[in-house]
Amino acid sequence: MSTTTLAPTRRSFDYKTFLANNGALVGLVVLCIALVIATPDFLTGQNLLNIGIQVSTVAVLAFGMTFVIVAGGIDLSVGAVAALSAMASGWFFVSAGMPGWVALLGGLAVGLLAGIVNGAANAYGKLPSFIATLAMLSVARGLTLVISDGRPIKTAAEVSFLGGNIGPVPMPIVILVLAALVASFILNRTVLGRSMYAVGGNAEAARLSGLPVKRIIVTVFALAGVFAALAGLLLAGRLDSAQPQAAAGYELDAIAAVVIGGASLSGGLGKISGTFIGALVLVVIRNGLNLLNVSSFWQQVVIGLVIALAVGADVLRRKTRNS
Amino acid sequence: MTVNPLITLQNVTKTFGQVTVIQDVTVSVYPGQVQVLLGENGAGKSTLIKMVAGVYQPDGGQILVDGTVTTLPTTRAAEEHGIATIHQELNLVATMSVAENVMLGRMPTKLGMVDRKELRRQARAALALIGLEIDVDTPVGELGIARQQLVEIAKALSINARVLILDEPTAALTRHETQALFAVMADLRRRGVGMLFISHHLDEIAEVGDTVTVIRDGHFIAEVPASTPEDELVKLMVGRSIEDQFPRRADETPALTEVLTVENLTSAGHFDDISFTVRAGEVLGIAGLVGAGRTELIRAIAGADRYDTGSVAVRGTPLPKGDIQAAIRAGIGHVPEDRKGQGLVLDASVNDNLGYATLASSAKLGLADFTGQRRRAEAVAAKLRIRMHTIDQPIRSLSGGNQQKAVFGRWIIAASTVLLLDEPTRGVDVGAKVEIYELMNSITAAGGAIVMVSSELPEILGMSDRILVMRDGRLAGELSAADATQDTVMTLAARDVAAQR
Repeated sequence: MSTTTLAPTRRSFDYKTFLANNGALVGLVVLCIALVIATPDFLTGQNLLNIGIQVSTVAVLAFGMTFVIVAGGIDLSVGAVAALSAMASGWFFVSAGMPGWVALLGGLAVGLLAGIVNGAANAYGKLPSFIATLAMLSVARGLTLVISDGRPIKTAAEVSFLGGNIGPVPMPIVILVLAALVASFILNRTVLGRSMYAVGGNAEAARLSGLPVKRIIVTVFALAGVFAALAGLLLAGRLDSAQPQAAAGYELDAIAAVVIGGASLSGGLGKISGTFIGALVLVVIRNGLNLLNVSSFWQQVVIGLVIALAVGADVLRRKTRNS
Repeated sequence: MTVNPLITLQNVTKTFGQVTVIQDVTVSVYPGQVQVLLGENGAGKSTLIKMVAGVYQPDGGQILVDGTVTTLPTTRAAEEHGIATIHQELNLVATMSVAENVMLGRMPTKLGMVDRKELRRQARAALALIGLEIDVDTPVGELGIARQQLVEIAKALSINARVLILDEPTAALTRHETQALFAVMADLRRRGVGMLFISHHLDEIAEVGDTVTVIRDGHFIAEVPASTPEDELVKLMVGRSIEDQFPRRADETPALTEVLTVENLTSAGHFDDISFTVRAGEVLGIAGLVGAGRTELIRAIAGADRYDTGSVAVRGTPLPKGDIQAAIRAGIGHVPEDRKGQGLVLDASVNDNLGYATLASSAKLGLADFTGQRRRAEAVAAKLRIRMHTIDQPIRSLSGGNQQKAVFGRWIIAASTVLLLDEPTRGVDVGAKVEIYELMNSITAAGGAIVMVSSELPEILGMSDRILVMRDGRLAGELSAADATQDTVMTLAARDVAAQR
């Protein structure tokens, strides 16, 4: 109400706005420069590939999480669903004797199903997404243990292929790029993606404008489930086996990546590119601290501070923008 | 004037980035007087208020409190100088009791625990200051908006406020409640409290104000007595004279085609056995008190809520219950009563907000039609004269009137022919109001039909071709535009005055 112009503003490169809108990217660049200076081990081909592989799981999970957060929800179950999907895929292959590619698709289908249940519980069952997915976290992790009896299951060759290499390029990096493109396409170009922003921004306004809010919510969680399953299969592929405790706690990394990337937990804001940068920030920090021989205990402290810093900067940015 | 002002903003200027929002404005609040701040949305009223309240610091000029140059770096500092603000959005905790709200932040304690007895006593004393008699243990959320406002005023006075800033306090009140508020204001005036009052209802200015400061585009325009005629005030505020506040142009020979048919519509506890029709080219006004079931009726027709029995049909085709998408396909467009809560996605762009109703229908294979949407949005924004920098700016940054035009624009893009308007000009300034009325004219001229719910009687009387009056969920009567006056409408709306709250 108070921001109408009196004088036309000069259009020039406004570095302040650029920094404010790309805080995570600037942070990542500064971080990388610092690490290049601090240790010769950072800028090596092998280390960069390692970072790529490590980021693939977190980023793929976080892409799915981005949909949910943009639409105004939260999904605490992605880590557990990733583990369940991989374990189910292993079970389809080993115990049910299905062909490898069927087992792979079966794993993705399990993720889809878990996501649909999350979405339906939220949209139709009126459970807050925090509660619905917290329940799913427990159920999915429990089922993973039930299926595996607490022991790893060998994965199909098709799944292991996801953890392998194409020539010099690790397959997880290829999958990561494809997943980023697909997620970005969904969010930016499709009716579904645009609807997510509307639902997250103001669900009632979206509903009164004729958007099928409940169906959108179910689809959003279903997508998060599929992305989680993909991340789970990537992880299993790297190890050639589905682990019962795989991806435990990864939901928090995913949420952190999305938030560092500039999304708002109250919904309506967020980008795949931001999430990707957020995931890179997390992984590069861990990688750098490892190279510098910082203990994993201290790493957790640092990661926590980074999350607080990123979100604090975000709050500050929103405050100045709305004044 | 021999009395010294309590507070003066002297030649203040405020800029945000490269945008100057307030330039060289002077305004004073005197003890025992109501200073009215008048200007269109976006003129800079909120910014001025925020400077008085310690939210913003002026970039130029100075603030004088009791004649001394003072800075108000925080809202706390302003409060210490006895300046309290009653915002449009009330700052009360709905789940806490009246007493706790009044004493929030200064709860009396005994041995580190809240002293309930003392709490109630002090709260009662505060409420007594403005003659408000309510149980102080009631949760604030259970009170009506008018009483919540009074609770907030009591809270302000209990911290010895000498300057009370009232930002559109009457926007959500009925006529009756407004009168009660004005009585309190008159009492405060007698006790020497200075008030800064903002309202879009011009008729209230002469009633409650002493002096009027008019600002336009961030500049001081004039200071005039509150007795200045309304059209004079409008002219000062808008910068041109507005010939006709209600430019309704009805068709001379109304068409006979029934566009909207509502039969025996009933929703238990909300409305009961409502039947009416609206013809092409017609504006049907629905009057009534707040709580008469008007909004619930409109929402049921739009498919936003379900109803128990009855039927709704558009051009003879019945609509399924509670199905917004079907209603939109049949040509219904719904402009809800709460623009920010129900009409708009505030963080999304003007472009996106204009396109939600047509997002799916204009898509190909699930892909959003970006180029087409932008073209349609730009055309409709130009047609409705939505004032903005670019179509990609967040709609939050537009003024109320322009935001409302965007909600209308959404349905124009969707080619809706039956518009259901719920308080279409609430919180909209005079200039934009007339533009919205002109828009209604052009919709009906093109064969569209409009149902308009409004609590502003002049608007109902000025813009409707036919008026339905609702009372306690039932149709109390129907009046033609020619027969309707404020009195005939109000008699129907509140026949049993004693039964009101």
